[in-house]
Amino acid sequence: MELGLFIVLALVAMASAIAVIIQRNPVYSALYLILTFLSLAGLYLQLQAQFIAAIQVIVYAGAIMVLFLFVIMLLDLRKEEQRAVKGGYQLLIGLLLAAILLGELGLVFGGGVLKGVPGEFSPEKVSALGNTQVVGRLLFTDFLLPFELTSVILLVAIVGAIVLAKRRLD
Amino acid sequence: MIDYVWLVPAFPLIGVLINGFFGRRIRRAAVGWVACGVMGLSFLVSSLVFWDLLQLPPDKRVFKGVVFTWIASGDLRAEAGFLLDPLSAVMILVVSGVGFLIHVYSVGYMGEDRDYPRYFTHLNLFAFSMLLLVLASNYLLFFVGWELVGLCSYLLIGFWFERKTAADAGKKAFVVNRIGDFGFALGIMLIFVTFGSLDFQEVFRMAPEKLQVGSALATAITLLLFTGAMGKSAQIPLYVWLPDAMEGPTPVSALIHAATMVTAGVYMVARNHVLYELAPFSLALVAAVGMATAFFTASIALVQNDIKRIMAYSTISQLGYMFTGAGVGAYAAGIFHLMTHAFFKALLFLAAGSVMHALANETDIRRMGALKEHIPITFWTMAIATAAIAGIPGLSGFFSKDEILWQAYSGRHGHYLLWLLGVATAALTAFYMFRVLFLTFLGESRVDPHLRHHIHESPPIMTVPLMILAFLSIVGGYLGVPEVLGGANRFQEFLAPVFEVGHAKAIPSPHGAVGLELGLMGVSVAAALVGIGVAYRFYIQDPSLPHRLAERFQRAYTALLNKYYVDEIYETLIVNPFKRGSVFLWEGFDVKVVDGSVNGVAYLVEWGGSLLRKVQTGYVFNYVLAILAGAVAIVGYMAFWR
Amino acid sequence: MVPLSAYLILSAFLFATGVVGVATRRNVLIIFMSIELMLNAVNLAFVAFSRFLHSMDGQIIVLFVMTVAAAEVAVGLAIIIALFRNKETVDVAEINLMKW
Repeated sequence: MELGLFIVLALVAMASAIAVIIQRNPVYSALYLILTFLSLAGLYLQLQAQFIAAIQVIVYAGAIMVLFLFVIMLLDLRKEEQRAVKGGYQLLIGLLLAAILLGELGLVFGGGVLKGVPGEFSPEKVSALGNTQVVGRLLFTDFLLPFELTSVILLVAIVGAIVLAKRRLD
Repeated sequence: MIDYVWLVPAFPLIGVLINGFFGRRIRRAAVGWVACGVMGLSFLVSSLVFWDLLQLPPDKRVFKGVVFTWIASGDLRAEAGFLLDPLSAVMILVVSGVGFLIHVYSVGYMGEDRDYPRYFTHLNLFAFSMLLLVLASNYLLFFVGWELVGLCSYLLIGFWFERKTAADAGKKAFVVNRIGDFGFALGIMLIFVTFGSLDFQEVFRMAPEKLQVGSALATAITLLLFTGAMGKSAQIPLYVWLPDAMEGPTPVSALIHAATMVTAGVYMVARNHVLYELAPFSLALVAAVGMATAFFTASIALVQNDIKRIMAYSTISQLGYMFTGAGVGAYAAGIFHLMTHAFFKALLFLAAGSVMHALANETDIRRMGALKEHIPITFWTMAIATAAIAGIPGLSGFFSKDEILWQAYSGRHGHYLLWLLGVATAALTAFYMFRVLFLTFLGESRVDPHLRHHIHESPPIMTVPLMILAFLSIVGGYLGVPEVLGGANRFQEFLAPVFEVGHAKAIPSPHGAVGLELGLMGVSVAAALVGIGVAYRFYIQDPSLPHRLAERFQRAYTALLNKYYVDEIYETLIVNPFKRGSVFLWEGFDVKVVDGSVNGVAYLVEWGGSLLRKVQTGYVFNYVLAILAGAVAIVGYMAFWR
Repeated sequence: MVPLSAYLILSAFLFATGVVGVATRRNVLIIFMSIELMLNAVNLAFVAFSRFLHSMDGQIIVLFVMTVAAAEVAVGLAIIIALFRNKETVDVAEINLMKW
């Protein structure tokens, strides 16, 4: 049952990811990307990361992809759809390198060479405390400084986006 | 008042700043007023300071005023300080006084010139530099003044730089001075290494302990310093720049020859007499070079035809006298001659300028004559100056020159040969000076007919300084009437404290030789009279005689006329090899090796860049591929080779 | 029980897919989406490690990655808008201002 769910979700994620990069129309790409994100959220649930799964749906599949769709529809892209892929050598080398990279990563991950020392948050402990509570407690204790810094990053991003996107007042 | 001695150089500096920055914006008259005003104030302060100094007892007449500490670095310590003693007091009086008169004269002489403000800025700067030099309390400040004087001479000699000869003359003065200054700077460094101080008083205090009489070190220091004096005061072999210096405006020549610049060398030797006393060889050399220069250049002056050039050679010759005086240990006599010479040489140059003014800048005495009736004031003042320089008894030149001749014979380092040459030079001097006077003002008029109606006396602003200088040329000598003629030699007495610092009793008055002194005096006066008589015979009684003589002694005459070919010899022996060496270094070394290596590196970089820039296509996806390739390589390395 | 390596290989595959998208597409918007895909692939790996190594650090990092990704999308899309306004294109082949 568990494995079956993983296989289904993984296949959906892979298929929709491939669909993202081969679609001509960026709107379709964006929609397939949302599908990928949703299947990933399912995998997060399976990995007992409920908070992350929720955030994945709300922030990624919701906010970020809506922003993408807004921009796609804002721009007049009809003539762009004709030539979607680059020239031959670029395609060839890109595919080749990606394949090599995939092979390398597959060998590393599949070989089981990765070993680690288990930490204190066993799945049972997390389940007992509640995933969201554990994440929240850590964010406001051990990771307080990075957490506050992200707010600064977001502020800078807001200002930067407005400055970049606004029309010149001339 | 004596505390305000710093005002003496400060006033001309103010003039420099005003005329330098605003000279073109204020009226011409104001420029002249400022320039003369600051010199007048400077002279006033000098007089007051001098008066204050006179009130002090003779052995207390040394004052050092430090304005601020200029450099304090390790052992090196130099102050912007002023040393006032009888020697520098006399010098500032002469420099500011004669300088003031020349400034006033310039207002009239340069009245028409386009670059009026620039002229007065440089003139003020010249006076400032010389006053700084004279008053400096240490070698470093002295050197600053020394170099500034050189710079000003360059600026003013080349004042009419549109004329190539003027620009060349300025360059020549600068380069020749630089040769001397090189030695001078080495001398100062050697002093610092030896004494660890650059202060005049400290060095002179330590000198007798640190240096032995006649030691190589003392000789080296003094000779190096004298190298500078050779350049600045135009002595053999570095005198060649001074005759060319007449390319500048005539008042500038007067300033260079009389008040500032060339006297700096004599002053320097007198100031450093403590060191020179420790090096008898250097003293002897100073005296020998001085007398050789005096005689050599006097002989050149005999046949020159350019009025300013004759004056220039005469100055070199008189400077030779001063060095002879200093070299035989009679520093006071040297300074005395410096002062009287300042009066009558300034007068001679200014009078020559007045003649040129009357004749539309004609300087060739062969095209003058019979000007006496037209420009009487110029004639009479110039006649007084000529008589003074020739040594006619009763005028200033007589007393000072005779003092030097007497010391050359009887002084501590004197020698009868020096005296003999000195007397011969005196005769030559009398001859060529009266030759100028006769050819210019008497005899028949050889003036260009077009110019005849143009001849006019200069305006009062030019003639009044002439008359004042003429008065000074007459009475200046009575400051130092020797004892043998019933005087008290006040001048020497006044300077005595300065020259007794280093050695207990500097000038033992050669008593008991009254008859001898009078006799020698008679000889020199007779020599002068002979010179005048010959000049009279040559140029008044029998004007064709000089030509016949010149034809008879053709070879000697051309040698003299061409100044013994010294310029040409320098050109061949020094300047040309130097030029060829420079050209070789330029074309052979600089262009090929230095430029070649620099350009080669540049070409290499450019070539490499032209290859490498192809990598920068500007397309993002090309960069993405490169990053990807790198990532693949790094992951591969991390995963399999580690 | 699904093994860790299954998640990691899925992550690697998604990442490689994103790489192919970045390297081969001309549309800058799709390139941008491919980058998001790569980020998510990494996130999956983080969460999987977190689960199998009994540590919450992985999940915290994923939160930060998401925050930064949100900021990146905001700025990146603003740049794309400005670019489109100036050059009337989203084709990276026509954008070569960095050329020599």
